[in-house]
Amino acid sequence: MRKLINAPADVVSDALRGLAAAHPSLRVDAASGTVRRADAPRPGKVGLVSGGGSGHEPLHAGFVGHGMLDAACAGEVFTSPVPDQIIAATMAVHGGAGVLLVVKNYTGDILNFRMAAELAEDEDIEVATVVVDDDVAVEDSTFTAGRRGTGATLFVEKIAGALAEEGADLGAVAAAAREVNERSRSFGVALSPCTVPASGEPTFELGPDEMELGIGIHGEPGRERVKAGTAAEIVDASLSAIDADMPVAGAELLVLVNGMGGTPLIEQYVAYAEAARWLEGHGASVVRPLVGPFVTSLEMAGCMVSVCRLTPELTRLWDAPVQTPALRWGR
Amino acid sequence: MNAAGLAAWIRHAAHLVSADAEHLTRLDAAVGDGDHGLNLDRGFGAAAEAVGALSDDATPGKVVLTAGRAIVSKTGGASGPLYGTALRRAGKALGDRTEVDAAALGAALAAALEGVQELGKAAEGDKTMVDALIPAVSAYEGALAGGADLASCVRAAADGAAKGAEATVPLRARKGRASYLGERSEGHMDPGAASTALILRALADVTVEG
Repeated sequence: MRKLINAPADVVSDALRGLAAAHPSLRVDAASGTVRRADAPRPGKVGLVSGGGSGHEPLHAGFVGHGMLDAACAGEVFTSPVPDQIIAATMAVHGGAGVLLVVKNYTGDILNFRMAAELAEDEDIEVATVVVDDDVAVEDSTFTAGRRGTGATLFVEKIAGALAEEGADLGAVAAAAREVNERSRSFGVALSPCTVPASGEPTFELGPDEMELGIGIHGEPGRERVKAGTAAEIVDASLSAIDADMPVAGAELLVLVNGMGGTPLIEQYVAYAEAARWLEGHGASVVRPLVGPFVTSLEMAGCMVSVCRLTPELTRLWDAPVQTPALRWGR
Repeated sequence: MNAAGLAAWIRHAAHLVSADAEHLTRLDAAVGDGDHGLNLDRGFGAAAEAVGALSDDATPGKVVLTAGRAIVSKTGGASGPLYGTALRRAGKALGDRTEVDAAALGAALAAALEGVQELGKAAEGDKTMVDALIPAVSAYEGALAGGADLASCVRAAADGAAKGAEATVPLRARKGRASYLGERSEGHMDPGAASTALILRALADVTVEG
């Protein structure tokens, strides 16, 4: 294992210290693993709190700022944050209008955020929870933990954050977050595994001519292992899976081609070219594209395609000003 | 069994988890994301420390409750809330008593199982820690009904958990991250069932006969 770190046990806190040093607009508490906007809490504004395991950077701390999250909790690598962190972040950004918790659908995240929500209610803070579960690779049935929260988390955080910034109430912000999740789907492909610093071993083995289809974002193996294909084939497999679950024909789409952490931007653009052509060929129109590593899985190579069927209102909220370390426009 | 005995259990469990962390992590790498051993090591380490900081007059219930709270605070993932809840429920079930007999420990074990199932919603056969806990509780209760003493009951529970963990190997996971793998989860022992068996073995190790 060769990594740009000091010690495996210090990766998360060292990275948070770096985030604090690089972004004075953030208030970082490396000891508790929480990051919040310097101007939080804002009286009368719904607070947006998210969090999850580390290793997905810039998700979530990179999305803290104007028009997006008020706070993020950073767990250990690929391990959900603990209730203490979530309640600390919630109390730090509560401006009297309640707090929305954005949770990715993983058993650990669900359980820790649920315990935190109960603690928040004990403190008389009104909380609502939205669970993101956009990954079509997992069959949503009683035989699984349900679909995973992946790339659409970015869509949910951006759009709900914009609405909260405008002063909407907790019910409206939660409803918008759920609407974005329901209208979004994702599918990911890995070309290499990744290595959690504390374990030092790759999370799975892939042969030189193999790829893993239907991956999540924690280095876990995916739905099936197949012979590695071209960018066109990978994008076709991804978008076909999405289209089979939520037809894209006739839709106005927000599309994210997301690098998983180890795939260079040039290859992400190769994939985006294929995605744009595929979607046009299937009767969809891409009105808002985004390309880059936003929801990563350490140094895993591969990409994830996420789409959201926009409405005029969702497009307006997507376009609203945002100023965070990883996403900024209009301000 | 008194408070010192239960504190010794938590310390010994932390020791066994730490010694076995790599093995647990390897089990988890096969079906999850390969951090189960690391997370539990951190959680039980914190539990041992919190229990060590308690005053001498802490009750057995307080010892177990304190361990549970530390695990919730330090572990993360699904294991933190699940093991934390198990211990907190067990601690509450022990109440204010200063000496734990076989019946009281059995009730605490049953309360732990109930808490885990309430929170995680897993049923028997879903390939989770519940598949080690259910046979542990029923073996304990069977031994108790047969008139066994506390040490024998605990040993029966530990054996039941170990067998239950072994029996998860052919199962297909229906809960947690392993469920994403579908049939590819078959042929691997569930890491949560394995760690449950380990923690109950720690209890058997520190329980003195008679």
